[in-house]
Amino acid sequence: MRPFRFERATDAQQAVALLGDAPDARYLGGGTNLVDLMRLGVETPGTLIDVTRLVGYDRIDEGDDGGLRIGAAVRNSDLAADPRVRERYPVLAEAVLHGASGQLRNLATVGGNLLQRTRCAYFTDVTKPCNKRALGTGCPAREGRHHNHAIFGHSEHCVATHPSDMAVALAALGATVHALGPAGARTIPIPGFYRLPEDAPHRDTLLEPGELITAVELGPPPGRQTRQRYRKVRERRSFAFALASVAAVLDLESSGTVSDVRIALGGVAHMPWRATRAEVALRGAPVTPERATEAAQAELEYAQPLRDNSYKVELAHNLIAATLMELAA
Amino acid sequence: MPITDIPRPLGKKLQDGRSFFPSGVADGGAGRVRLVPGIEPPILADVRLRINGTEHQLTIDTRTSLLDLLREHLDLTGAKKGCDHGQCGACTILIDGRRANACLALAVAHNGAEIVSVEGLADGDILHPLQRAFIEHDAFQCGYCTPGQLCSAVGMLDEVRDGWPSAVTPLLAAEGEIELTAAEIRERMNGNLCRCGAYANIVPAIGDAAA
Repeated sequence: MRPFRFERATDAQQAVALLGDAPDARYLGGGTNLVDLMRLGVETPGTLIDVTRLVGYDRIDEGDDGGLRIGAAVRNSDLAADPRVRERYPVLAEAVLHGASGQLRNLATVGGNLLQRTRCAYFTDVTKPCNKRALGTGCPAREGRHHNHAIFGHSEHCVATHPSDMAVALAALGATVHALGPAGARTIPIPGFYRLPEDAPHRDTLLEPGELITAVELGPPPGRQTRQRYRKVRERRSFAFALASVAAVLDLESSGTVSDVRIALGGVAHMPWRATRAEVALRGAPVTPERATEAAQAELEYAQPLRDNSYKVELAHNLIAATLMELAA
Repeated sequence: MPITDIPRPLGKKLQDGRSFFPSGVADGGAGRVRLVPGIEPPILADVRLRINGTEHQLTIDTRTSLLDLLREHLDLTGAKKGCDHGQCGACTILIDGRRANACLALAVAHNGAEIVSVEGLADGDILHPLQRAFIEHDAFQCGYCTPGQLCSAVGMLDEVRDGWPSAVTPLLAAEGEIELTAAEIRERMNGNLCRCGAYANIVPAIGDAAA
C-alpha cells in the first residue's frame, strides 16, 4: 500500500477544500471498500480525507412532508435500524440488510455505499487489463469470466455491474443525491446519478472530481396503499453480492388497479437498472400472473446477455414476476 | 540515492498492511526502518486509543489497520488475520461498542475510540458468558475464527437488544422484541466464517448465552 497523509475534515466545505489542495486525495468513509482497494493496489491515494465526522452528517432528519434527509456519514446499520426508514421506506431497510455483514454495515457509510466500486475480478486484480481501472487497457471479462456480469447497458469497453443493494432501493424510491464540490452544491436524482460504461467505464457516476456526497434525500413517504419489497438472489443465502435483485414500489388503487409502479434491478447493469418498460406494461390494470409475466418479458426482451450469463435473463424475469405477485397479493 | 534510516517510532516493525513477516525480519532486527530508493517513506501519525480498558498512545504508519496495531504493536494476537479483506470476520473487534472488521478499520480513522478485543471479554479469570457457552457447546475445532466469533456475538446480541432488525426478521417495520431464532443467529453471524464448520455448535452456544 502506498503511504498516505491522513486528514480529518470537520465540515464539508473544509473537506472539499482539502481535496482541492491534494488532487490525488480520496474521501474516506467507513473504508470497507476503499481500504481494501488500497491494499490490492487498485487505489493509490496520496492523502485520505476522513469525512465520517463531518458535524451533522451522521443524522437522519425529517422534512415537513415526512421525507427524510439521510446524512452521507450515517452508517448502514443505523439507516436500516431507523424506525422511520423501516416504516415508511421498508424497501430501503430490506436492501441495506441484504448487503454485506453486520460488522461491515457498522463501518460502512451511506455515501461510501453509493460510491463503492464493482467487484469484477479483473477490476480488482492489478495484473490484469481493465478499462475501469486503467482506461484503454481492454476488458478481458467480455470473453473471460463474466458469469456475474451485466445483461443490460454494457459496452465493448466494460461489462461490470454495480454492487450496491442500497442504490437499487434508492432508484426505485426516486431518491436524490446531494453533492458539494469546488463549483458549489447540487442535487442529482438516482438512478441518473449513475452512468452506463459507454467508452468511459472509469467513471461510475456523474460526480465531478472533488465532489463529495453530503446527503441522500427521500421524498414524501408513499401512501398506505403502496407496497414495497426488495428481493435478492445470491450464490449462497447470505453475505454475498447479488446475481440479480429487484426493488419494487407498487401503488394500488382500492380496486387493485396499478396507479404507479417503480421497479429497479440490481446485479444486471453498470448502474441500478430501472425497468421502465415493465413499469409501463403494468400501469392501469390489476396485477395478474399473466400481466406480471408480460411486464417482466417487456423488460427482459431487451437484455443482451454475454456467453456465460444468459441465466440472468430468466432469473431477473422470474424475480420481477414473483415480486409483483407477492406485492399484489 | 543513498539508503537512509529513520528512527522507529516503536519497538516493532512498521506495517505495510499485508506483511506476514515476523517481527525483525523486515528490518533485520536493527530497530530501524530501511528506506529504499524509489519507494515512498512511511507517513507517521499519533493515535490515542483505549484498548481493553487501558489507554495507549502510539505513533504509527498511517497505513496501520486496527488489526495490525493490536497484533504487531501491542502483542494482542487474539484478533486473527484470516483474509485481511473483510470477508472472514476472524478479526472482529468492538469499536465504541460496535462489532467491526479490524482489518478494514484504519487506526488513524478511529483515533480516540474505545476498543475491545477478545482479550478484553473476560473479567479476570471469570470468562464472559459467551466464552463459557462456546466451551460448553464445543463451538470450535481449530479455534482460529473463535475470537472473531465471540466479539461478533457480543456485538450482535447488543444489536438484538437494541431492536435492530435483520434480513430475516419477519416484521421489519414492527418495533419491539426480536425473537432470536436459529435463523436470526445464522443471518446475523453471516460475517464470521468457520472453515471447520462448527456452526452447528456455534449457533446453540450463542442462543444459550442470549437466553
